[in-house]
Order: sequence, then structure tokens, then C-alpha cells
Amino acid sequence: MAGSQDTATGSRTIGGGETDWRTRVETFSKSDFVRSFPYWFVPFSLVGMGVYGGIGWNTVISLTDYEGFDRPDYTNLDFSMYAQALSDPWVYLTAKNTLVLLIAFTTITLVLGLLLSILLDRGIRYKEKIQTIYLLPMALSFVVTAQFWLWMYNVNNGLVNAVVGVFGLGPFNWIGNPDLVLGAVIFALIWQYSGYAMVVFLAGLQAIPDDQFEAAHIDGAGVFKTYWRVIIPQLKSSSVSAAVVLMVFALKAFTFLYAMFGQYRVPKATDILATLMVREAFMLQHWAYAAAIGTILLVMALAVVAPYLWYQYGQGSL
Amino acid sequence: MSRPTRTTEESIARVLPELDYSKIALSLVVMLFFAFFVSPIWTGLVTAFKTTGAVTATTPFVPVLPGTEGFTLAKWTRAIGYLSTGFVNSLAMTIPATIVSVFLGSTAAYGLTLVDWNERLQFGILILFIAGIFIPYQAVLVPLSDFWINLVPLVDILAPVWQLPFLEPDHARLLSLTITHVVYGIPLCMLLFRSYYLTLSDELVEAAKIDGATISRIYRRIILPLSKPMIGVVFIYQFTAIWNEFLFSLTLIGSSSSPAATVTLVLSGMGVDLSGIDFGFRMAGAFVAAMPTLIIYVLFAEQFARGLAEGNT
Repeated sequence: MAGSQDTATGSRTIGGGETDWRTRVETFSKSDFVRSFPYWFVPFSLVGMGVYGGIGWNTVISLTDYEGFDRPDYTNLDFSMYAQALSDPWVYLTAKNTLVLLIAFTTITLVLGLLLSILLDRGIRYKEKIQTIYLLPMALSFVVTAQFWLWMYNVNNGLVNAVVGVFGLGPFNWIGNPDLVLGAVIFALIWQYSGYAMVVFLAGLQAIPDDQFEAAHIDGAGVFKTYWRVIIPQLKSSSVSAAVVLMVFALKAFTFLYAMFGQYRVPKATDILATLMVREAFMLQHWAYAAAIGTILLVMALAVVAPYLWYQYGQGSL
Repeated sequence: MSRPTRTTEESIARVLPELDYSKIALSLVVMLFFAFFVSPIWTGLVTAFKTTGAVTATTPFVPVLPGTEGFTLAKWTRAIGYLSTGFVNSLAMTIPATIVSVFLGSTAAYGLTLVDWNERLQFGILILFIAGIFIPYQAVLVPLSDFWINLVPLVDILAPVWQLPFLEPDHARLLSLTITHVVYGIPLCMLLFRSYYLTLSDELVEAAKIDGATISRIYRRIILPLSKPMIGVVFIYQFTAIWNEFLFSLTLIGSSSSPAATVTLVLSGMGVDLSGIDFGFRMAGAFVAAMPTLIIYVLFAEQFARGLAEGNT
């Protein structure tokens, strides 16, 4: 700023309209906007092209009849792919599975994560070490964990059947039985993600001042009542952000399913919109149809994310 | 934690008459969850050391000791051989992609939060970045593959490069994948750096400006050195995310038998044959593929947890 002021006074002594124009350009070129431009504009243009350019292009492709190995033909745009999707029973089936996965996975993961965070917040010993163990599955790829769970769910020798066998149940064909396979997948995903929810809740718990425990204690509230009435209501913001991340994940969960079954075509009971989209595109080359399903998924994700960002904005935490 | 445990213990004591019982119950629950989280990984680890016969003959989570019958390292040597190319490809892709996306995320956060040029416009751009974190990749996969195959076919554009030793035309796809990861990794990196930069004092930049420092000088001399702890967090988080990623690998590289296939892609195609699943082999493969992320996690679990916790606000 000091530099630009010097230039301005320097040029005023010369005077004249042309120099005035020149100083303005010079001031502008030294402004914070121009100087910081390369810092944010390079990443912003990459993200703009990749994310928003991609979404726009995808929407246009979804209006074509693009199929097979040619290039898309943009001359004849219509909504026929969306009409086809809305009359396809398989889309409803996958949408239903997506919804079941989303609700069951998000709810149980949140409750379990909350439970674990309270457990670790109770001043137990080796808290850091235990947290590290609980969070370990989050550091692994879904391709890796899918291998573990494939073995865990094995009918004859898997650990899961060995455990339920102790209670005199089973053995169950967790993967092969259409009634069980979605639950088995959800269970495995909960295993992987509840450590994440725990970490988010722990961060929320640490922000709550300790004297609230004391105050509740003086009022004669027990531990359970204190958590239920005083502490958990204050974790609303943590719950909302964790829930959004979990729901968006559930919408796009593809890798675990693909890796578990080793192919695009997953069992009917676990087929969700995300796997349907990738299969239509990369196995069947129904590009336009896949693009339409991708757009539907995007709208679903936005229905979760937009209110969240609005809520965050209202809270002043954006 | 500075929470006064005494008072809370007293309150537990009121609910449950004997303090010790509640402590024992608490430890039991902790141990139970410990088993829950560790057992799939542990079972996989011990299975990787068993012969095919021992895999079915022994209890899944009971290890077979070296020197006894049923113990073998053969699965590991086979898995390492099977995955080595994918491992190298993944390293060659993940390291540059991580470095570039972390760097660009930091510059974006700097230009949008620490320098004030137009608050409303900066906020608007910020929202576009943040929304970019939540986009399901399925919504961009079709144009993305059209882009890399038809519009910018690196295999033709950089044709002379693939003549070099150790390179094959398929590696063009690995380069496409690297660039793709940079682009889609920037938003989260930006968000993590932003949350850190917001904790830095505004006066820092203002004071440096009054002293006559330029925007780029402030970044290089003040912000970048101050960012060190956060660079560690973002790097660890981003490395793990890119190494573990699968959907872009599958759709941009295509086949698990491609010479450019990443380690996750090779692992997904491992042991797919008609003779049934060789679980020992698969488990060994899973650990080989997870090795870099496991090492990083063991060394930097705290930073990883921080990246996770802060990456969603």
C-alpha cells in the first residue's frame, strides 16, 4: 500500500489525463487483488474446470443419446435418458437400496461414534492408543477392507460364523443370501466409519467446558442424565457435519461393493445407484444413460449438502 | 484432558453403588470394541501366514507359529511379486499428486482467507471450493473419461515420452490419473489449510504489509514456514486418500492387468479365477497394498485424526 501511494503522488506532480490512467493501472497492478490472483486463481480454475465444468458437461451428455465407442452427438438434445431412468424398475430398486444403506449406515455409525467418543472421554487410561486402534480401519482402502470382510463372511471358515456359532446360530451365507448381503455390507462399512464419527464427536466434546459437568453434578444429575440433557444437545453441530459426510459417502459408495464382488455386477440386493452408474458407463458403454444417473446422484447429494452449507452459514461457522 | 474425573466418577458412583464395578464395566466395553475393530485386520494378518490347507483347517484368528505345520511365507512372496508393479505405479502417481494438491490447496487458502480483496467474492469462491468436496465423482466420470481419451489423449500428445526406457504408452493413463487426483484433491486441502489460517492472527499479514512486504513475500517468508504443522496433516491425509482411491483408477486406467494399474486396481483383480478364492494369498496382497498407509498411520495417527476431524467443517 505504501508503495502505491508513492507512485500516486509522484505522478500527480506531472499531471495530465494520460498519466492519471497510467497510475490507476499501476495502482491496480499493485493491489492485493492482482498480487494474490495467481495464488487462488490457478487452483480455482483447475477445480472450476474439473468439478463444475465436469458437472456441466455431464449434464449435456445426459441429454444426448451417447453410446458405444463414438464421440457424443450434441445436435439432438432431449430428456429421453431421464425418462428412461424414471421408467426403469432397476433404478427404483437401486434407489431403494441406496436409501436403506444411507439411513441404516448413517444412523448406526453416528450412534456408535457418539458412544465411542463418550467412552473415550470418560478419562480412561491409554486413551490415545485406543483411539488410534478404533480409527485404524479409516486408514485402509476399501479394496483392502473388502478382502478382509470377504474372509470374515466366508460361509465355512469365516470368523463371523464362528462367533455367531458360539450362540448356537448359523452358519449363515452372509454374502450369498440376498436377505443378508446388504446388512453384511452395511455392517462392514459401519466398522470402517464409526472411528471417523468418534473423532468428530471427540473434537466436539473437547470444546465443551468442564464446568458444565460440575454444574450438572451439583444439580444432582447422574452421568447418564448429564450426557443426555446437557452434553449431547451441544454436539448438534458435530452430529450434523458428521451426518452429512456419512450420507454423501453412502450415496457414492462404490469401491467396497466392487472390490468385495470383484466385478461391476454386484448382487441385486446390494446394487445401489452408484454401482449402477459406473456399470452402465464402463461396462455397457451407455454413456448418456450413466450420465443421467450421475446427475440424479448429484441432485441427491446436493439435497444433503446445500441445506448443510446454509445451516453452517447461518451459524457463522463457514 | 483436564476434565475433573473425580466429580464424574462420583456421579457414576451414585448411579452404580460400587465405583470399581463401573470401572471394570468400562474397561470391558473398551476391550470389546478393541476386538471389534481389530479382529478383521488381525484375522487377515494371521491368515496370510497359513498354507491353503491350514486356512480351512484352523480357527481363523488363531495364528500358526513359524516352524510348525501350516506356516508359510509363500503367500507373501507371491503377493509381493504380483503387486510390485502396481505398488511402484501407485507411488509414482501418489507422491507427485499429493505434493501438488497440497501446495495448490495452501496457496488457494492463502489467497482467499489471509489476503482481503473482496470479501463477498472471496466467500463465493470459497463456497464453490467447499461444495467441490461433496461432489459424487459419478457425476463427472463420463466427461472425465471422454476428456482423457478423446480430447486430451496424453498417449498421443506426449508420444515421444513413452519411447523412453521403462515407460510404456499405458503410462499416459497414469499421468492422467495423477492430474485428476490433483484437481479433485485441491478442495479438501484448501479447506484444511483455511481452517488453520483462520487461527492465525490477521495482524500478522497487516503488519508485514505495513513493513512493505509484498503478497508473495508474505507467503514465502511468513505463511509457508508457519504452515509446517498443517502441511504435515494435509500431506498425510491426502497421501492416504489418493493411495487408497479406486474409482478413478478403475475408470481411467481400465484394466487391472494394465502395466499402468495402481496397487488398489491390481488388488481388486487379484485371485479372480475359477479355482476359488485363495484367502491366504488375498490377505497377504491386502497387507502389501496397505503397507504405505499402515506405516504412515502408525507413525502419524494423530495428524491423520486431525485431518479427519477438521476436514468437515
